[in-house]
Amino acid sequence: MVLKAFFPTCCASADSGLLVGRWVPEQSSAVVLAVVHFPFIPIQVKELLAQVQQASRVGMAVLGTWCHRQQEPEESLGHFLEGLGTIFSHEPWLQLCRERGSKFWSCKAIHRQVSAAPDVPSEDQVMLIFYDQRKVLLSQLHPPTVVSDHQDGDTMASTGGLAVVFDTVARSEVLFCSDQYDEGPVRLSHWQSEGVEASVLVELAKRASGPVCLLLACLLSLISAASGCRLWKLWPLPFIRSKLSTCEQLRHRLDHLTLVFSTQKAQSPAQLMRKANMLVSVLLDVALGLMLLSWLHSSNRIGQLADALVPVADHVAEELQHLLQWLMGAPAGLKMNRALDQVLGRFFLYHIHLWISYIHLMSPFIERILWHVGLSACLGLTVALSILSDIIALLTFHIYCFYVYGARLYCLKIYGLSSLWRLFRGKKWNVLRQRVDSCSYNLDQLFIGTLLFTILVFLLPTTALYYLVFTLLRLLVVTVQGLIHLLVDLVNTLPLYSLGLRLCRPYRLAAGVKFRVLEHEVGRPLRLLMQINPLPYSRVVHTYRLPSCGCHPKHSWGSLCRKLFFGELIYPWRQGGDKQD
Amino acid sequence: MEDERTFSDICGGRLALQRRYYSPFCREFCLNCPRLSLRSLTAVTCTVWLAAYGLFTLWENSMILSAAISITLLGLLGYLHFVKIDQETLLIIDSLGIQMTSSYASGKESTTFIEMGKVKDVVINEAIYMQKVIYYLCILLKDPVEPHMISQVVPVFQVSTEHFPFSNEILYFSAYLLPLKFSRNVNIYCQSIGRYLTTNFSYFKSSPLR
Repeated sequence: MVLKAFFPTCCASADSGLLVGRWVPEQSSAVVLAVVHFPFIPIQVKELLAQVQQASRVGMAVLGTWCHRQQEPEESLGHFLEGLGTIFSHEPWLQLCRERGSKFWSCKAIHRQVSAAPDVPSEDQVMLIFYDQRKVLLSQLHPPTVVSDHQDGDTMASTGGLAVVFDTVARSEVLFCSDQYDEGPVRLSHWQSEGVEASVLVELAKRASGPVCLLLACLLSLISAASGCRLWKLWPLPFIRSKLSTCEQLRHRLDHLTLVFSTQKAQSPAQLMRKANMLVSVLLDVALGLMLLSWLHSSNRIGQLADALVPVADHVAEELQHLLQWLMGAPAGLKMNRALDQVLGRFFLYHIHLWISYIHLMSPFIERILWHVGLSACLGLTVALSILSDIIALLTFHIYCFYVYGARLYCLKIYGLSSLWRLFRGKKWNVLRQRVDSCSYNLDQLFIGTLLFTILVFLLPTTALYYLVFTLLRLLVVTVQGLIHLLVDLVNTLPLYSLGLRLCRPYRLAAGVKFRVLEHEVGRPLRLLMQINPLPYSRVVHTYRLPSCGCHPKHSWGSLCRKLFFGELIYPWRQGGDKQD
Repeated sequence: MEDERTFSDICGGRLALQRRYYSPFCREFCLNCPRLSLRSLTAVTCTVWLAAYGLFTLWENSMILSAAISITLLGLLGYLHFVKIDQETLLIIDSLGIQMTSSYASGKESTTFIEMGKVKDVVINEAIYMQKVIYYLCILLKDPVEPHMISQVVPVFQVSTEHFPFSNEILYFSAYLLPLKFSRNVNIYCQSIGRYLTTNFSYFKSSPLR
């Protein structure tokens, strides 16, 4: 195999010295982490490497020598470096050299032990791969490969070759802690040797986060305890809570905040990203909510909204009344059964009359109610949208009632028809065996059954038409509510922090690597530049999307159509059934 | 060391294959796809604008014309950035891996790198395209869970293969890969695999390595 030497780009202009890093024998690759400069005492270098190995659990060694001939005037240094191979014995011994007067490098890898003639060391072909140490240190590979390690620090390198390089650099952070201004025994050159990177704001935030998290965690636990107390379990409060999507959304947000401000540190990078995503999502939500609030409360919009609400409700009720009058006549030229038509029509008209009276009763209080409800937008845009969805549900409650009446009636009719149809053919449904069996009926049973069957068949168009009309209205309302819920879900689950990271610091989320062949001359070792290939946006969203509320319709289209045909009631959001405590 | 050969695809466009030899264990193959033809661009633009003008005479709304202009511009930008591939490159580095780069007409480059440890084999597969049988080179990837199973089949030149299914040239092309030590054998699989792949042929652009 060709020997691959991973060399950091920051050390390309460093002074001559020793190469320090990790040797991976399974892939025949040497990952150079730093360069040790002169003067040094070999014992101290070995001590430093042992310390780093213990702290990072990565096998460190002196891999070879680095000679920067463009800066060193003397030629004798080259011979001195070759002698160092006997002090730090490593198999194979790398010798990297940057020539004077040319931008090409020379690399040699010398094997001393394994060769035919023990005096003549054999050489290997070397391939140089440059990598940006800072970016490789900070980046995370997706999918994350778990690199297991043994006790002495060597890892199973058969799984994913380049993941080993990333892992090595990431774990050796302790090696990069000292910079050139430290008065240590050994002078190193790496990406942080110009000065350790740190940010004042980040450090302050880290110090402040401890007490702030503690305080907020206590507050949130108080709120959750208050919401979980026995008072809320008195009927009908749990029923109302399960039906309102606002309570669901508030609970979801409370869960998010509890996770973000928990005092436990995040175990893995994925958990850290999730926390960051949740925090950014909550902040964006609150910011949008405050914008909405300021817009609503400016120039008396609430008053305008409240003034417009009652006429709109009246208008809707009037349209419904026209619709019912139309159904009671000859809708679309169809001939209805007059008696049943009048009964159903008058029944529904009375409901609308009740509803209108109720709205008119509430009209003086509507502005106050809307004003207070509008204040809840400061909790977040999602809460405001959930409240809007609930208001729509309350205002169209009469449509829901009509749908339920029509559906129940239609359902009864269909079941009656199917059972009597079986009787008509001389069969019946065997409940014990769950199948259709033949049965011999009496004459009276057959007579009455056939009579009822005929009545139901002739009344079917009327009931079916009412059912169809009210189901369509109900589906319209459900569609509007569904769109609002979709928007809420989008704000809840979009991983904004990850998307922002992908936009601004694309090397942090890596899908892999890419190589570029640098200028090449025949006879010289091959030089490649390894760059980070960032994760595509679709995969970022897919990997880091937050868990949603869970109130999605669980029917397929086929089962939905079947339920509609048989008149079974459709519950688009099964909130109450799933989360019963 | 560079070398160039030209082929013609089934649509009649010119394709150029360049190969570069960097070192005994590193080679690069570049395939230049046919450029965007002015004729097709003019045809599409004229169709869209004539349709918009027809609607404008019907409805007398000038928004239709501005909408047509913006649709044409955005469509062209989207096509150049997301669809039209100018050049595809295959870089093979011994004991490191295989890298495939597609560069789009707008300058965007999308790169995929497959590590050598994941490559099980390189094969030539058959597929039935319209009325003829075409051959294409593809890489078989190992399944991470089961080392003996194949998890994915990655065609080497994804878009260009659609344009130029070359049968004799593919053997010439793969002859360059043989001296490289990584390719242990080049198998010609039987038609049963070809038939399986033809049903998925249109999905090759979207399937691999996501």
